[in-house]
Amino acid sequence: MTSTEPTAPSGTTASSGTTPATESSPATAPGKKKPPPATASTPATKSSLTWARRRSTVARFWASYRTRRAGLLGLAGLALIALLALTAPWTVGADVQSVTQAPGTALEPPSAEFPLGTDQFGRSLLGLLIWGARISLLVGLLAAVLSVAIGTLVGIIAGHYGGWFSTVVMRITDWFLVMPTLVLAIVLATVMSRSMWTVVLAIGVTSWPTTARLVRAQTIAVESRPYIERATALGGGHGHVMGRHVLPNVMPLVLAQTTLGISTAILTEATLAFLGLGDPTVVSWGGMLQDARDAGAVSSGHWWYLAPPGIAIALVALAFTLCGRAVESVLNPKLGVSR
Amino acid sequence: MTTASTPADVARAEEARATDGAPRTGSSLGYLRHAAGKLGGALVSLFAVLVTSFFLFRIIPGDPVKAMTHGIPTSAEQLATLRRQFGLDLPLWQQFVDYCAKALGGDLGTSFQFRAPVGELIAEKLPATLLLTGVAVVIYSALGLWLGTRSAWRHGGLGDRLNTGIALTLWSVPSFWLGLLLIIVFSVGMGPIPGLFPTGGMESGTGETGFAHVLDVAHHLVLPVVTLVAVGYAQTLLVMRSSLLDEMGGDYLTTARAKGLRDDDVRRRHAVPNALLPTVTMIFINLGHVAAGSILVETVFSWPGLGGLFYQALSVPDLPLVQGLFVVFAGAMILMNLIADLLYPLLDPRVGR
Repeated sequence: MTSTEPTAPSGTTASSGTTPATESSPATAPGKKKPPPATASTPATKSSLTWARRRSTVARFWASYRTRRAGLLGLAGLALIALLALTAPWTVGADVQSVTQAPGTALEPPSAEFPLGTDQFGRSLLGLLIWGARISLLVGLLAAVLSVAIGTLVGIIAGHYGGWFSTVVMRITDWFLVMPTLVLAIVLATVMSRSMWTVVLAIGVTSWPTTARLVRAQTIAVESRPYIERATALGGGHGHVMGRHVLPNVMPLVLAQTTLGISTAILTEATLAFLGLGDPTVVSWGGMLQDARDAGAVSSGHWWYLAPPGIAIALVALAFTLCGRAVESVLNPKLGVSR
Repeated sequence: MTTASTPADVARAEEARATDGAPRTGSSLGYLRHAAGKLGGALVSLFAVLVTSFFLFRIIPGDPVKAMTHGIPTSAEQLATLRRQFGLDLPLWQQFVDYCAKALGGDLGTSFQFRAPVGELIAEKLPATLLLTGVAVVIYSALGLWLGTRSAWRHGGLGDRLNTGIALTLWSVPSFWLGLLLIIVFSVGMGPIPGLFPTGGMESGTGETGFAHVLDVAHHLVLPVVTLVAVGYAQTLLVMRSSLLDEMGGDYLTTARAKGLRDDDVRRRHAVPNALLPTVTMIFINLGHVAAGSILVETVFSWPGLGGLFYQALSVPDLPLVQGLFVVFAGAMILMNLIADLLYPLLDPRVGR
């Protein structure tokens, strides 16, 4: 959590936070340089070599990941939740959202028919909870991918070109880093029309600076290696170096960032939905909490309405955090010892 | 935080810091250069905040004047008069120049909604937010430091795993949800638990004075502070834990042990002071963050602070007020970052020379 926090400090501490990250590359670098010996005897094509190398990298990653109990727990939780979300159209059906054809009466307490009770429109809360997983996961995933994509692009370009250009870009990044992310996201979501994409965009464009800083540090570390010099000497251009050499080396870092970013994005999504800034036409966990508050669940003590969506948010966020930390510690052995 | 975020005050605070810090550290010129660089950066950031806040809020859809007169029959001339009154009929660049000039003088405009100067509204709500966030940050920093130290010193053990697990779980919880749940359990009352704490606000309004009033406010403070602490202490804990773990391999600790120091002394006098450095920065940054982060907690507990005001202003939308609050929140962040940057070389001579 230390170096990957969205609120990671800038300046002095950010640079100390990025140093361990630059050491994560040995996990992949040896695999890049020497192909597996087995392929030496048989005439192999370039692509089969590449795939053999990738397979061995994945295998090595998994062997190390498997030893981390918290990471496995998070992964199992995620698999379960993803399964529930993906099968929701068959288990609960899309009409669980329908206000006009609600099966129950308003605000029923938990019963055999409605295990979690009903909302103010008489809809089954269990059904809504499962259906809401779809939007929460989707938004979290998309927002984290967007944020990490922006961060990676900015980080690689700033790290590759260097000079005054890099200084200006990092200055802008630092500025975004000190912005109150939530406030900026709220303002953006207010400014634009209410839709799922607005929320994705609002989270994505406000949370990329940490990734940019980490990726830039990693890019600089990678580019100081001799094989980059060889590539340039052989006539490789900027695009070739960035795309074929730097990008594969920052990918592990990007993976860890994305996993950790999803949990933050899911929390932010819930927050925005709770403030009424989400898409009003779809059910999400944050939106359910807003509905619960509007229905007076707090003052009348309807805890069964309020508790499940929050628990769901916390569980998913926790699962992604556990996975992200495990991925991080696999890729960064120094961190692995200390955690 | 409002007043301190104006450049003049930052400069003054900075001057005082630089002069009393420099002689102690010996290389005063190096420190001054470091400080000047950081100060310049902060000023640029602050200007960028002004620019963003101005242009961002111009693209909010919806006519603020129409929103203001909603439900009141208004003629076209009256609308035009209102626009002129708020300067909304001028060209954009002119509005921007006016805005910057006024903001530098501390004038953040007039709220559409409350028909009062934004600066006054913010100043009125500021103490409540400072009280809430100040108490919360002090408690969760102390808690995070203490638990983080314990966790790192006995890392890998049951206590460590339990500590980290609980902290991570609470960190994953949405703060507003935890707040609502606490209200249900401890304010509304659930089962055998009676309503122990008030559901919201900062005082009962029954007109207590003196010590009774202090107690009343403290009573109202408990649940919001518990919410902020529960959600926030994980960060301090994890930073303290990992920075102490980084120190624990250090040779100087072996030396300290070889000298025959007790384990407790090694920890307290040698390891922790070094590990504190990143954590101190973290705490300052948190101070800046928490003001903005309390938006939800203040909304849920109807705490009369800046966060609640922000929420109210957003729903209109009350442009000058949202703008002003945005500048204040961002300014607080910039100021806290600056303080952390300036403090760091004083605490750690290895940095910034």
